[in-house]
Amino acid sequence: MTLLEFARGPMLHFALLVFVFGVIWRLVSVALLGFRKHYSEERNSNDKALMVGTATCGLRSWPHKEFIGRTAFGEAVGYGYHIGLFTIVLLGAPHVIFWQNLFGFSAPWWPTLPGGLITVVSVLTVVLMLIATIRRAMHPPLRQISNFDDYFTLAILYAIMLSGLWAVLGGPGRYEFILAAHIISFNLLLIWFPFGKLMHAFYIFPARFVNGYLHAKKGAAT
Amino acid sequence: MSKLKQGKDRPTIGQVMDEAGVGRRQFMKYCAGMTALMAMPPMATTAFARQLRAARLPSVIYMPFQECTGCLESLTRSFAPSLENLIFDTVSLDYNHTLQAAAGVAAEEARYQAMEENFGEYILIVDGAISTNDNGIHGMSDGHTFLEQLYEAAEGAAAIVAVGVCAAYGGVAAAKPNPTGAVGVADLIKDKPIINVPGCPPIPEVMTGTLVSFLASGVPDLDRHLRPKAFFGNTIHDRCYRRRFYDRGLFAKSFDDEGARNGWCLYELGCRGPTTYNACATIKWNGGAGWPIESGHGCIGCSEPGFWDQGGFYEPVTAKLFSERGQSVAAAAAGVAVGAAAGLAAKSRKKKLAGETE
Repeated sequence: MTLLEFARGPMLHFALLVFVFGVIWRLVSVALLGFRKHYSEERNSNDKALMVGTATCGLRSWPHKEFIGRTAFGEAVGYGYHIGLFTIVLLGAPHVIFWQNLFGFSAPWWPTLPGGLITVVSVLTVVLMLIATIRRAMHPPLRQISNFDDYFTLAILYAIMLSGLWAVLGGPGRYEFILAAHIISFNLLLIWFPFGKLMHAFYIFPARFVNGYLHAKKGAAT
Repeated sequence: MSKLKQGKDRPTIGQVMDEAGVGRRQFMKYCAGMTALMAMPPMATTAFARQLRAARLPSVIYMPFQECTGCLESLTRSFAPSLENLIFDTVSLDYNHTLQAAAGVAAEEARYQAMEENFGEYILIVDGAISTNDNGIHGMSDGHTFLEQLYEAAEGAAAIVAVGVCAAYGGVAAAKPNPTGAVGVADLIKDKPIINVPGCPPIPEVMTGTLVSFLASGVPDLDRHLRPKAFFGNTIHDRCYRRRFYDRGLFAKSFDDEGARNGWCLYELGCRGPTTYNACATIKWNGGAGWPIESGHGCIGCSEPGFWDQGGFYEPVTAKLFSERGQSVAAAAAGVAVGAAAGLAAKSRKKKLAGETE
């Protein structure tokens, strides 16, 4: 078995199983935690609280005007590389084929972007990731709340991005090794995903919703 | 079969060319083509020509094992007679039981005689995989297993050229479940220079070009799969004329859609170009008339080890190699169970702590 066969065969298989198992585990365990009993009088109806909870999902996605001067740069960089990552993963032709094959369906309607454009987006994404990493290391509060989890996740992301670019741009080395390195780093991401802060991808909107909902119940501004 | 001559009694390639009426200009043109093909600098052409002219025609023993004769068909049915063919035709092909007139004992005797007279000097060309299971009894001729014949013939060989993916890596005979334990030459012979010229079949010009290169300058630069880098240094994808469509994200989705008619990239239809090293895109087939991708079919990766077991020919390179989705459902169910247990345990602990506080 070659390295590439291993990467996209048994290792990918194992990584996917770990990913599915871990994500469901984390979601179910959090969902079953329940809420703390609250003693205050309900300030808003349940319907209103549901609406506020839903609205909070969107409102939290934009910097608060009071802090915009201080947070806009960080948020712009964060948005930038997230959009970049999603564009590459969802609109890059080899990735689209991978998803279709993985989930076992054919979707000729699924659009893809030209390879050159994806390459440009990838380079920009890596640059934004670098800025985000440097900022994380330099910004005192960010540095305080960062730990191994953050830097390990970033390291895996760099490995994925750089090996992908390397493969596309035809860097030194044999294509199948570079492709194997790309897939192996993606497999590592899948394995690591449920156990680190990457779970924010699943938690972010439910957490915002619950936050908004509970605050509305208590009559607090969100 | 040519009359057997030993070592320095054999004519040089230059003498054979002169006898055949090949002009200097034609010969130099050929050498310039060969050096260009092997990515040698133009200055090397003269030295290459000089070495090639001075090289003595070697004795060649061509041993067919678990094979389909496709490689030999490819070699002998290459397009219009060329200098490569002339060189191949004029080498002393002392044994090839498909081409030679002699048969049975006479043919085998010719082989033994050639091996004895040219011990340590002949080139052994192997075509086909070698069965190793049950002491190799799944492949035999003349009462001997291919395994025995290979070891015997390899002993006195100056170098071994494994033509075709079967001789190089086992090929179709080694495809899962590989009932005969088929392997390639390099899996068995460790003490001789081995040059693999894989393909199913290999490009004729690559086979003859490798031979010529060996005659002129010995064993060429090889990659990690023992293939001459001159011919197997680039992927099909890198040299493919459809590469621009890949770069623009334009793919044929089926073999009869608009994309296919427009000649777009066949990547989504399973083309193995990105992981296949061969010269099809540059040398092409049938005298440069075309090659598989030009004919509308993706590359099947026939010059790569284990290509029969790389998944379906119509599955894209990035596709996964498994299909057991049931296990994902089991993983999800396990996740629910463990998550529920963890959640309920945490809830109960929280309740207990709340009780203690109150």
